[in-house]
Amino acid sequence: MKPGDIRSGRLSSDEISHNFSDLHAPLTELQAIQESARCLFCHDAPCTEACPTDIDVPGFIRKIASGNVNGAAKSILDENIMGNTCGNVCPVEELCEQVCVKNTSEEKPVVIGQLQRYATDFLFDCGIQPFERGPETGKNIAVVGAGPAGLSCAHRLSMLGHNVTIFESRNEPGGLNEYGLAAYKMLDDRAAREVAFILDIGGINVETGQSLGTDFDLNELRNKYDAVFIGLGHNAVNALGIDNENTEGVHNAVDFIERIRQENLSTVAVGRNVVVIGGGNTAIDIAVQVKKLGAETVTLVYRRGVEQMAATEFEQEIAQTNGVLIRTQARPLRIHSTDNQLRAVEFEYTEIGANGQMSGTGETFELPADQLFKAIGQSLDPSPLGGGDVPELAGGRISVDPNQRTSLPDVWAGGDCTAGNDLTVVAVQDGKNAARSINEHLSNNEYLNHG
Amino acid sequence: MADLTCNIAGITSPNPFWLASAPPTDKRYNVERAFEAGWGGVVWKTLGEDGPPVVNVSSRYGSVDYNGQRMMGFNNIELITDRPLQINLDEITAVKKAWPDRALVVSLMVPCNEQAWKDILKKVEQTGCDGVELNFGCPHGMSERGMGAAVGQVPEYIQEVTEWCKMHSSLPVFVKLTPNITDIRPPARAAFDGGADAVSLINTINSIVSVDLDIMAPTPTVAGKGVHGGYCGPAVKPIALSMVSEIARDPHTRNLPISGIGGISNWRDAAEYISLGCGSVQVCTAAMRYGFRIIDDLVDGLNNWMDDKGYSSLDDFRGAAIPNVTDWQYLDLNYKTIAAIDQDKCIECGLCHIVCEDTSHQAISATKDENGKRTYTVIDEECVGCNLCYLVCPVPKCIAMNEVDNGLPYQNWTEHPNNPAR
Repeated sequence: MKPGDIRSGRLSSDEISHNFSDLHAPLTELQAIQESARCLFCHDAPCTEACPTDIDVPGFIRKIASGNVNGAAKSILDENIMGNTCGNVCPVEELCEQVCVKNTSEEKPVVIGQLQRYATDFLFDCGIQPFERGPETGKNIAVVGAGPAGLSCAHRLSMLGHNVTIFESRNEPGGLNEYGLAAYKMLDDRAAREVAFILDIGGINVETGQSLGTDFDLNELRNKYDAVFIGLGHNAVNALGIDNENTEGVHNAVDFIERIRQENLSTVAVGRNVVVIGGGNTAIDIAVQVKKLGAETVTLVYRRGVEQMAATEFEQEIAQTNGVLIRTQARPLRIHSTDNQLRAVEFEYTEIGANGQMSGTGETFELPADQLFKAIGQSLDPSPLGGGDVPELAGGRISVDPNQRTSLPDVWAGGDCTAGNDLTVVAVQDGKNAARSINEHLSNNEYLNHG
Repeated sequence: MADLTCNIAGITSPNPFWLASAPPTDKRYNVERAFEAGWGGVVWKTLGEDGPPVVNVSSRYGSVDYNGQRMMGFNNIELITDRPLQINLDEITAVKKAWPDRALVVSLMVPCNEQAWKDILKKVEQTGCDGVELNFGCPHGMSERGMGAAVGQVPEYIQEVTEWCKMHSSLPVFVKLTPNITDIRPPARAAFDGGADAVSLINTINSIVSVDLDIMAPTPTVAGKGVHGGYCGPAVKPIALSMVSEIARDPHTRNLPISGIGGISNWRDAAEYISLGCGSVQVCTAAMRYGFRIIDDLVDGLNNWMDDKGYSSLDDFRGAAIPNVTDWQYLDLNYKTIAAIDQDKCIECGLCHIVCEDTSHQAISATKDENGKRTYTVIDEECVGCNLCYLVCPVPKCIAMNEVDNGLPYQNWTEHPNNPAR
């Protein structure tokens, strides 16, 4: 087997498009009615409590059941303006659906995520815009990053009557919804449709191709705007820390996922034998997608045990049902190449000691690989924030209070660049909370200035 | 195996399950399919007097759906048979000949004069059918022409027509009663006094099942218009059971055989009707919802239940519940129950708490620990034993209504110190 067998066209375009069809087919009207009838309309509902954006889950499901589907969508979007994406990609098995009381009584939760998607799809298909901009306040707010946190913040600020300018380094807004989520979870132009819906409220100006620290800096924003929200996301990828990571065939998973989202699927070249290193949902996303694109073997290798994997059980199951082999308790040692072309990855078995410390056993094995994807986490590179007056960091992320305020009095932050679960739904909540806090701050200032 | 043989008003059928006079019994084809499936009898869809048949409309049925379930309630605006009288008579004759062991009762509705009834009875008798059922109940269309419910709402008419029928025919006469009255007893007494061999009830209830909010018209809609129709299906069973019990308890009609009708969908419904004194039961909506094959579980389920209970025939439990139907004033005011929640079965939906808190007696407390575990607890002192929590709880046997021995003797309202009329 010669190394470097990386190419497109291993599968026909029909096979590929079949592989990338919806993870869950959308609910039909009948399914939605029957499923919504399963909801007990709990008092003090655990699902609502589990939702990072506080969606009134029983309330919106009851509206679906009564045929008030647009009302249901409005209830969802009131709390989570990206309720449509979240209906598709939220790890509901660890959030609302995990705590659904129907798990206890029937071992099967109400499919809340799919109902949420049903309602919001319905509203989008009706072309309804249920939100309107509040009366002009004359305040101007800068938002850095047009991902879930930034867009959520901007939308809420516009609802409150403020003017928002979003600075986005990429060519399109949407952040990870557009560039980072697995293609089979975000079909068609779903992310773009949602962004258009959000911006439709007006009062939000998006400046694309504008990178913090390169095209502008934080101090400028603070001087020019009444408040600043930072929703940078992750801007750096963790390295394996072994030699030759720049060998041909070695990729950052997130970069490749982005290509899959933006390119014609049948032109994306994948290896015959692929190795993925990591234990989170990104590792699963790349492994599954590469398999769906036609890789013959895909092996996901994680250094600890299955229980420690950050990927949810549901995600692991997706990987397994798609033919991805998951191997645990092994860490990469060496990259083997021929003419700088990846040939194999050498791993060392690991064990967890009594103190919980992981160590290598000394035993090794090799996996032949044309491609290696690194998915061992992303991080915040704080350098774009500039020098001098910058928000304090904690644990490598921007430190914020419960209202998303940073150490700087006029700067808020949220999403993946701050602490907390790296989920779309959490980013949306951060943005929403920050907008409320910014609004309160600006109103108080107004009061002080005129008082 | 228990014996399900049914005897009512001199008519015998292999089981008590008859198809009610309605669309499923309009012609030989349907009726024979029903008999092949195992139904014990049918009441043939109502025949009218000779001459041009009635005309039915297109768009005839309406449904009340609930929580995604179809036909919790059902209504129709169909009239009596729209086929020529002779065709019906010929088919009835042929069916009875082919199925001698099944009950075949013919429903009739003709204008309120003696000659009309005399004429039709003469013709019907020749078919060899087992009996006739006088349709005094149809609430729509025919009532506007002085028939159906227009007769059934006037006890004097009921008695008169029943007398004519007994005079001009030797067939057992069932009088089918309309529920569209305030007290079912006077019409039942009138039927009894007129010599009826049995009463059948209930016929359908005046109803508009829904309004189409787009065209602002009742459903079923006929060219943009709708009318009230006859309501039936599972939703009407409680009304029918109550009316059946009233007749069964009434000293005047105590021994009058009853064919029970109204929302019977399964064997349990049938057993309830029989426990309140019914000889046979009639089914329509459930068959129109699922087809005739539901007879299998009706027969099988009733049989198994009777075996479990040690009943060998229908008579063993017929009317067994009647002595326990009483008037409110005789209920024991000292009887006390209190709800108890089985915490091991509780799924923490909180419905018991919120309905008691909002709409009843604030007798179920709600607490939540630091792990989010919710605990709902009955406050015994506040609980009046109303059953609401027990009824809303989605988990079988999670909430029990336990009797409390308070040591107090039976005391009813007639004896109670608070009763000003005592």
